[in-house]
Amino acid sequence: MHSLSNRSKVVVKKEMTLTEKMYLPAILGGMMITIKHFFKRKPTIQYPEQKREFSKVYRGRHILKRDEQGRENCTACGLCAVACPAEAISIVAAERKKGEEHLYREEKYAKTYEINMLRCIFCGLCEEACPKDAVYLTEELAPANFDRSNFIFGKDKLVQPVGTSAHPKTYKPYKK
Amino acid sequence: MIKVTIDGVETEVEPGTTILNAARQIGGDLVPPAMCYYSKLKGSGGKCRTCLVKVSAGSAKDPRPMPKLVASCSTPVQDGMVVQNITSPEVLEARKGVVEFLLINHPLDCPICDQAGECHLQDLAFEHGSAKTRYEEERRSFDKIDIGSKIQLHMTRCILCYRCVFTANQITNERVHGVLNRGDAAEIGTYIENVIENDFSGNVIDVCPVGALTDKTFRFKSRVWFVKPMYAHRNCDKCCGKTTVWMKGDEVFRVTARKDQYGEVEDFICNDCRFDKKLASDWTVEGPAPIQRNSVQAQNKYLQGIKVDAPKNIGYGNISDR
Repeated sequence: MHSLSNRSKVVVKKEMTLTEKMYLPAILGGMMITIKHFFKRKPTIQYPEQKREFSKVYRGRHILKRDEQGRENCTACGLCAVACPAEAISIVAAERKKGEEHLYREEKYAKTYEINMLRCIFCGLCEEACPKDAVYLTEELAPANFDRSNFIFGKDKLVQPVGTSAHPKTYKPYKK
Repeated sequence: MIKVTIDGVETEVEPGTTILNAARQIGGDLVPPAMCYYSKLKGSGGKCRTCLVKVSAGSAKDPRPMPKLVASCSTPVQDGMVVQNITSPEVLEARKGVVEFLLINHPLDCPICDQAGECHLQDLAFEHGSAKTRYEEERRSFDKIDIGSKIQLHMTRCILCYRCVFTANQITNERVHGVLNRGDAAEIGTYIENVIENDFSGNVIDVCPVGALTDKTFRFKSRVWFVKPMYAHRNCDKCCGKTTVWMKGDEVFRVTARKDQYGEVEDFICNDCRFDKKLASDWTVEGPAPIQRNSVQAQNKYLQGIKVDAPKNIGYGNISDR
């Protein structure tokens, strides 16, 4: 068969010469490669103590933002859910009642807002679709867990706590 | 029969047919959009100006062009008339202007509005409008009025097409609402605090091209693209009983009349069917209702097995086409 990459080598089964039978040059050659790596820069970091800088456009776990007055931005329009290619988002809307104007910015709000973190592929399409500046992907990693049900993040885990920094990218919900 | 040419397509229609209806008989892309005209309502049309077309030859006898663009919903065709719709840049420019005018006072609350996804103004603006508004003044606002437990009125969204007024006049036995005041202050209302309630009053929801009149029993329950439209029927002694029920699983979220490709209802339905029969056991489900292929409703996740209308628009963003 004709080779496509021209990089394949035809295997020839031939008798080894005396130097090849001794294996010593080959062992030394291999050791040289190993020793060369002692003097190179180490790419490994000590993870929990050391952390790498995130890219500015890193897409981690989501937050639902509040505006400057502490009201939830999300109006349950469903555009994030329809944009989501993994179908990870589900929303139930409710009407804002009298006296709740300080909690929700619009007439309608999300009563439940759930993201299934096992389905989510962190593509950021929800952030792009949002017309109300409500959902953002932060630099926080989605935490690991032992129970599947804990991966369904409700409003308790997603909504930005009152009085925290409003900048979506640098905001870290779990940082001490 | 008289001959008329629309965008280069020749057709023969009955005398007295309007240009819009002649175009609808041809079908396809050359049909002018209509926000106020409703073929089932007598006297509708002529208000919104979205159906403007250019008449480049008045008739065979007098082939001079008409001096201005005409509203195709209320202009009858004449023998030998030549009409330009999408082939005329002038018409498209004028339509863009009309859309801008309609949107001047229309609030940008589509994320909240229950009509979003099946709103004719949304479709029209998407197709013919510009992405940005040039309007800087305050949009008009109204005192909220309650017109009953079944119908929600959002006057700020109204484009004054008068369809609901014609519906109340012609379909129901009594009309208690109408357009009050004039000009900028014109609004749909009942004048004296009144409840719009009779057997067929719910049809004003279906004829409303925008979200000014919406179903209160469906208010904020779900977005239209998350519910699946199914044709269903039941024995009803008041109306034909043939409806579209919007379901999610076995749950009926709302009931509307069946609509054709121009968004007009096929048969008006009664309030019992619309508001009170919200159980799956009330209905005999016939099968999935056709969805316009380029509609956001086709973007939901229930496409398998649904017959989708308008095969010309293949590739408009339908998951199963990719």
